[in-house]
Parts: sequence; structure tokens; C-alpha cells
Amino acid sequence: MHIQPILAALRKHKAGTLLIALQIALTLAIVCNALFIIHQRLAHIAEPTGVDESNVFVIENMWGEQYNKQQAAANVEQDLATLRNLPAVQDATQSDSYPLSTVGGSDNFITLKVDQVEPTTDATVYSGDEHFLHTLGLKLIAGRDFRADEVKDAGQRDVVVPPVTIISKAMADKLYPNGDALGKSFYSMSSTPVTIVGIVETMQRSRLGAWAIPYAEQSMVWPIRDASPLGVFYIVRAKPGQLAAAMQEAPKALYAANRMRIINPKDGLMSFAQVRRRAYDSDRGMAILMGIICVVLLAITGAGIVGLTSFWVGQRRRQIGVRRALGATHRDILHYFLTENLLISVGGIGVGIVLTFGLNLWLVTRFELGIMPLTYVLSGVVLLIVLGQGAVFAPALRASRVPPVEATRPA
Amino acid sequence: MFNYYLQLGLHSLKRNPALTALMVMAIAFGVSASMVTYSVFRAVSGDPIPEKSSQLFVPLIDSWGPQQNDHGEPPGALNYVDAMALMRAHQSSRMTLIYSLMLSALPHDANSVPSQATGYAVTGDFFPMFDVPFLYGSAWSNADDDSRAADVVISDSFNQRMFGGANSVGREITLSGHDYRVVGITGHWNPSPRFYAVWGESGFGDPPDFFLLLNRALDLKIDNTGRNSCRGHLTFRSWDEWLQSNCIWLMPWVELNTSADVARYRQFIEGYAADQQRAGRYGWAPNVRLDDVPQWLEKQHVIPEESRISLVVALCFLVICLVNTIGLLLAKFMRRAGEIGVRRALGATRHEIYSQYLVEAGSVGLAGGIVGLLLTAAGMSGVGLLFEPEIARLAHLDISLVALTVAVAVVATVVAAVYPAWRAAQVQPAWQLKSN
Repeated sequence: MHIQPILAALRKHKAGTLLIALQIALTLAIVCNALFIIHQRLAHIAEPTGVDESNVFVIENMWGEQYNKQQAAANVEQDLATLRNLPAVQDATQSDSYPLSTVGGSDNFITLKVDQVEPTTDATVYSGDEHFLHTLGLKLIAGRDFRADEVKDAGQRDVVVPPVTIISKAMADKLYPNGDALGKSFYSMSSTPVTIVGIVETMQRSRLGAWAIPYAEQSMVWPIRDASPLGVFYIVRAKPGQLAAAMQEAPKALYAANRMRIINPKDGLMSFAQVRRRAYDSDRGMAILMGIICVVLLAITGAGIVGLTSFWVGQRRRQIGVRRALGATHRDILHYFLTENLLISVGGIGVGIVLTFGLNLWLVTRFELGIMPLTYVLSGVVLLIVLGQGAVFAPALRASRVPPVEATRPA
Repeated sequence: MFNYYLQLGLHSLKRNPALTALMVMAIAFGVSASMVTYSVFRAVSGDPIPEKSSQLFVPLIDSWGPQQNDHGEPPGALNYVDAMALMRAHQSSRMTLIYSLMLSALPHDANSVPSQATGYAVTGDFFPMFDVPFLYGSAWSNADDDSRAADVVISDSFNQRMFGGANSVGREITLSGHDYRVVGITGHWNPSPRFYAVWGESGFGDPPDFFLLLNRALDLKIDNTGRNSCRGHLTFRSWDEWLQSNCIWLMPWVELNTSADVARYRQFIEGYAADQQRAGRYGWAPNVRLDDVPQWLEKQHVIPEESRISLVVALCFLVICLVNTIGLLLAKFMRRAGEIGVRRALGATRHEIYSQYLVEAGSVGLAGGIVGLLLTAAGMSGVGLLFEPEIARLAHLDISLVALTVAVAVVATVVAAVYPAWRAAQVQPAWQLKSN
């Protein structure tokens, strides 16, 4: 196929050619960036929590009265005993937050030396007792669990720095990249060191904002009973398959034991599936919106190419007839239009690649999006070439069926 | 003439229903995607207190120093010691400190259970500063602040919940085991975003149930349920030690009515910070900020990132739809070169051809706008899938959005038609007639 005559013909349709090329360029830029956003969000959603998600639920328990430290600690222990005695419940624990909670708890700067200025990392601190790992279903890969006698009460604005902690593997690797974290210690905004006695395979953070991306999966458990006057989270693991029953009986049993508490009817009782949905609401929404825009955009661009090519075919019926009369085959005509579209697509894609990276860079500076890997652009290019060729095929086929006799008719 | 052009346009649109439908749908999708995302953006980016937003300021003092602050910016709230010092100085016409509370509202009888109530600890100046409307009663006075009275102002919906909506001024209410006297009931008031408490909150949550007298809340050691941020080694083991720590959690607001007041107040906090440096409390030069409401909302990134990105992407989408429309209109208009030639030969001026095709494009835009309106309405009902619930519920399809949808569709299409119509008007009648 000679390209020269195609280029000559395109020069006669500068405006239409430029418009299709521009549309392809813009579509490439938007689709690549949208796909990249979708991928980032979905990857975020797919991050594991380490929790036995199908059997765990959470109760946000607020106290009806303002308890002091001893009263609150006694109430927490009594409630946990009540929960653990329920027939559908496997185990229960207390904490000031939990993976994906988005509320409560705290994040601490972590340093390896006591007077270090720039922190080594930033980790979520979960207060937990000797039932914490088992209740959440976290997998201990090194060291040991807490002993009951290690768990200390923390009251209102009461910073208790424990001598021991269990940390996530991600945090262990960050602090001690050689894999020898067990038994070593670090400082967590205090002048006394904390020793690592256990490492769990995965334990997601409680908060996941953009600021936390460099600290992904950095989290630790402190052997502390949350005896603050406000309230506490109860995390409950149901026996396999009995989540619904456990979720029904748990609040009833708690109210029966002591009614001076609040379990908010709106979000006081949540299965882990609901917790996960709440934590990733905006990520899922973005992915859906970008998905819709991609699909509609590709459809409109495809339809636009069909429309404009159809017009050109209609306009050139006489010329096609002449070519056919001079011996061009169906296939020649079909190839002509396919090649023409390919040339326009390639031109559009060339501009589009520049626009794609431009938009990506802008999003990086404005919205802390990552730099887009080249594979997105490559798949975007393939997608648009296939789309263009697919869209042009029907009009091109119609063009190839123009009979040679058209040459004799007036245009 | 307009009617004639419109008839011609409709006639021509009917001749290629597929092409027409394609243009209408492209415009409709482009406009509706932009409108749905814009409606959310509009809801989160508005000025929450337009009449006073340039008179209300957040004074901030760097209490963490260059090693521990956020890239040179002072932390986004005050610690207890600095906050109380600013309060005692009385250098602004009005001032409040704010922190978040979550309390239990005691049951009415022995069988019911307590319910949750959220609110803020504030000073009496809070209410006149932020133009809080009152249904019954009023704010407490500065004298009440000083005497640390057990006063509370409750919202109309909380009043409905606790007192059945009656005028409950003077009644007692028990919150988390302490008794308070109701001094006022606010009318419906929930500025969006809730600018006065956006540090550590989204600013779009449920409205507060009550406002408690700050000094009383502090006396009773009622804890802050909002954000609390500390640096260095945490050594506090009790409420009182915590108050003396470097933890920041109190949100300060001052009202300054003239630019001279603003300048004077800025000088005052700089002087205060310099005094702290001299006293050895802070080992660094004064680093203070005095942001008004728009600056503060900008700094706190109140507009969710998702809302901005989706608006940008939707607008790009609209641009692509318009490029598509330019191409299709060009094809459509140029196909009728012969017809244009005849009209020009019969005396139509270029200007008339131009108008005719713009009117035709306008009718395409109008159709796109109407279909776009339906898609926007459908999109609004699905907005809950795309954004967090507390933000999604702010987006509404109101009259102004309906008007905007149709206007954007028509204007955008007519703008897209400028070049195709100009090309149509350039058709040489003689050449067309000859070649036919």
C-alpha cells in the first residue's frame, strides 16, 4: 500500500483529519490517566489487612457515664467476659482502634535512637490484650503473643509505654532490613525503648490517607487495656459461619450486663465487610467514575470515527468508482481506508503520548498521584489503534463495495 | 428568519438520524458527566460564611519549631498553654477556642438506653462571631464564661430529640453524668463545609447536637474526641499533665473587623511568640500565621481530592465530546455544499448561511442539553456510589444546575459549530453549481 496518495488525499481534508487526530490524542491522554487512577485505587482496595475478615465484627462501645481508670478497666474486662461466653463467639478483644477503622487510636513516630530527630517510620499503635492476635486472626510468624500479666491499663490522657510490642512484618523490615528485628528494640515517642517480642505477617493500618502511603502496613500492638473515660472498641471473632448470629446476640448481651453504654444504631455495630466498605468508599467511587468515563469516551470516539469516515466515503464514491474501474480490488479500497485511519491514529497518538504524560505530571504535582508506568501508555496506544481500525472497518467495507460504474456518474 | 432556520435545521437533522443521535448523545454525556461532578464540587467548595469570611481568622503559633513542624508551617491548632494565653490577652473584638466532644444523653426513664450526642466546647463569643441563629434563648455571656457556668446551647434537632421541640430554655439536661442548664436553642445551622472545625474532620459530617461552655468542659476534664497531635517524647500520665504538653488540639478563631485590626493582631501574636522565645519556652524565632476563612479552607484541603480530579477528568471528557461534535458538524454541513451553493446563488448572504447553521447547531445543543439533563438526574441518584456518603448527600439537582446544564450544552455546541458554520459560509456558489 502506497502512503503517498493517502497523504495527498488527507491534505484535502485538513480539518477533519486534524479533528480525528486531536480526538484520538485527547482520548489517549484521558483513558491512560483514568486507567492508571483505576489501577491505583483497585490496588489500594486489594491490600490485605491480615484480619479474618469474614468472621470479625466490631462494636464501638461508648460509656454512658464518665468512668475513672479503675471503673473503666473493670467494665471492659466484664464486657469481654460476657462476649467470650456467647455461644456464637470464638474470642473477643478490646482496642482503641483496629485495621481500617479510620477513627480512634493513634499514629506514632518511630525512631531507632532516643534522640533521633528525623523519624525512621510512622506506625499505627493498637492497644490490645493477649486475645488481640487470636481475635483478629493475625498470623504470628515470629516470637510470641502477649502474656496476660503484661497488659497494663491506660486511663484518660495516660501515656503508658510498654516494655514489649508485637509489630507487623512490614514495620520489622523497615526498622531492621536484615530480618533480625525480633528481640531488638526501638523508641516510640518516649525515652524508654520498646522491645519487639512478636512479628505478625500482615496488619493493616487504621488510617489510609495519601500521607500514609510511605508508611503502608506500618503498625504495632501495645499490651494495653483502653480504660479511657470515653469508651472502647470491642473486636469480636465469631465462630465460622456464625457471624450474623454473633452480631445479633453481642449487643443484646452487653446491654443486658450494663445498660449505661451507647452502641450507636447507625455505625456502632459493623461487620468487617462494612468496615472495609467504609474505608474504601472514595477509592471505589473514583474507580467506578473513571471506568464509566473511559467506556463512554471510547464509545464516543469510536462512533465519531465511524461518522466522519462514513462522510468521507460518501464524498469519495466517484473517486472510489474510478479506482475500481482502473483495476483496484475490494481489498485495495478496504486497505486504503484502514491505512488512512492508521496514519491519522499514529499522528494523534504521537500528540496523545505527550498530552498523557503532561496530564499525568499535572496530576502528580496537584494530587500526589504516582508517575505512570510506560505499560499504561502502550496498552492505551494498542487500545486506540484497535478502536480506530474497528470503527473504520464498517465504512471501509461499504467503500469497498462501491461498484466501478460509479465512475461514470456525476459526483 | 430564526423560525425558518430552525425548520431547515430540524429537517436536515431528520435526514441523518444516526449522525444527529450521535452528536446529541456525545453532548449529553459530556455535559452530564461535567454537571454531576460539578454539583459535588460546588457543594464542597462554597464559602460557608460569605458575609464574614474575610473577618474571621485562625491565629496559629509555631509551638513545635523548625525540626518538628510541618515543612515550616506552624501546626494547625494550638496547645492549651498558648490558647489560654491568647484568650486572656483579649486582643481581638471576639475570640473562641473550639474542641470536639462526644457525650451520652441520659435516658428519660429506667428502661431506655443512653444515646450519643456530639458537639463542641466553645466560648460565648462563638455564637455572635459565626452568626448562629437562635430559635429560643440566646448565647451565654462573657461573664458566664468567666464564672465557668454549667451552660449549654443545643441544636433544634437535639431539642426535638430530648424535649420534643418545646422551648426548653432553663431546663436541665444530663450529658455523660453531668447536669447543664439549657440557655439557648439554635435554629438550623450547619455551614458546609463546617469551616470552624475542619482541622482533622472532613467538614461535611452530621451537624453538632450541642455547644458546651468551654471552661466548664475543661473543669470537668471532658475529653477532646477530635484530633490531637503531639511531638517529641510523650511523658504525660494525666489530664493536667496533658494540658501542659506540646499537644495541639484547641482550634482558635478570632474576629477582626478592619485591616488595621488584622495588622495589630498579627503584631500581637508575633510579639507573643517573641516573648515565648525570650522566656526560653520556644527555641526559635516567631513563626505565626493569621489565615481568614478561604485561606484556612484551602490550607486544610477541605475540597476532597476525588472531587477535584473527577471534575477535571469530566471537563476533559466534555472537551473531547466537543471535538467529536466539531468533526461531525463539519461532515454534516459540508455534505450540503451543493444546497449552500444554491442558497447563495439565490441571494443568501454569507452571514445568513452562517446564522442558519449556528441555529441548527443550537438545536442539536438544546437536544443534547435535555438528554443531558435526564442523564444528570440519573447520575445524581447514583452519586452515592461515586463519593463518600457524607459528601454525596450534599449534591443536589436544583434550578440553577438545570439551567446550567442546558446552557452549557447549547453554548458549547454553538461554539463547536463556529468553525464548521464558517466553512459552510465560505462555500463558493459558482463552483458548487458548476460541479453539480
